[in-house]
Amino acid sequence: MPHNRALGIEAVLATKGMAILKLPYDERLVGNPENGVSHGGAVTSLIDAACGFAAISATDVPRRLVTLDLRIDYLRPATPEAPLFARAQAYHTTRDIAFMQAQAYQDDIVDLIAHATGTFMFVGKGAGGTERKS
Amino acid sequence: MKLVDIIARAKSEKDFGLFVDAIPYAKFLGISVKEENGLLRARLAFDDHIVGNPALPAIHGGVVGALLENAAILQLLWTQQSVRVPKTITITIDYLRSAGPKDTFAVAHVTKLGGRVANVHATAWQDDPDKPVAAINANFLITPAE
Repeated sequence: MPHNRALGIEAVLATKGMAILKLPYDERLVGNPENGVSHGGAVTSLIDAACGFAAISATDVPRRLVTLDLRIDYLRPATPEAPLFARAQAYHTTRDIAFMQAQAYQDDIVDLIAHATGTFMFVGKGAGGTERKS
Repeated sequence: MKLVDIIARAKSEKDFGLFVDAIPYAKFLGISVKEENGLLRARLAFDDHIVGNPALPAIHGGVVGALLENAAILQLLWTQQSVRVPKTITITIDYLRSAGPKDTFAVAHVTKLGGRVANVHATAWQDDPDKPVAAINANFLITPAE
């Protein structure tokens, strides 16, 4: 995905229904130049990417999907000059929907930057049995 | 130059370039802003570096979310005497339609400006404002000027 590359997002770990991605610190991603804290939008992109990765691997046969919604609670500002990580997992899947949960953190997953939930919809064959546009 | 001074100058000179340049990530994404009757309209110029799924191609969901979040923050900064950039508490993004390889626009409405929290709704569209590609509702922690 070009934007993931543009941001410098790297995959750290991926297993069935779970993925951890890393976003290295970059001055171009700063929200508030007075403190160097990364923009919430960059965190959103990282969380969206992690959820997408995790959702794709959640089913036995990988399926295309689209994001339906994402809710992100910002718990504390990111520490500047340090990378960001997002861990996403599919906590439930149905035939049509992958229900995702994600955490964004830096040094320690118990000290969260953000907590997110989201839903992704499977598209294409197997979704209700017919090719369907979202 | 302090952020609050950059914003004050941008407002008095109606220099939206200066305004957006104050936020590095907004500049990185290629967001520009125009004003009409006190309402800002943000524009995300299409470029290869914002693509998510290259097969369609579609703009990355995180970028669309960031466009909307920026539109909300900029609208708050524009209308409110703020000493600091509003801090996002929660943002909920609804992805409604695929955002294709063209420019995307966003407008934010401040639904409630409280003493400490502002609630904002924003929508993003491409060809038709009545067919939005995405929408958000978000709460921001604000620090009003004395």
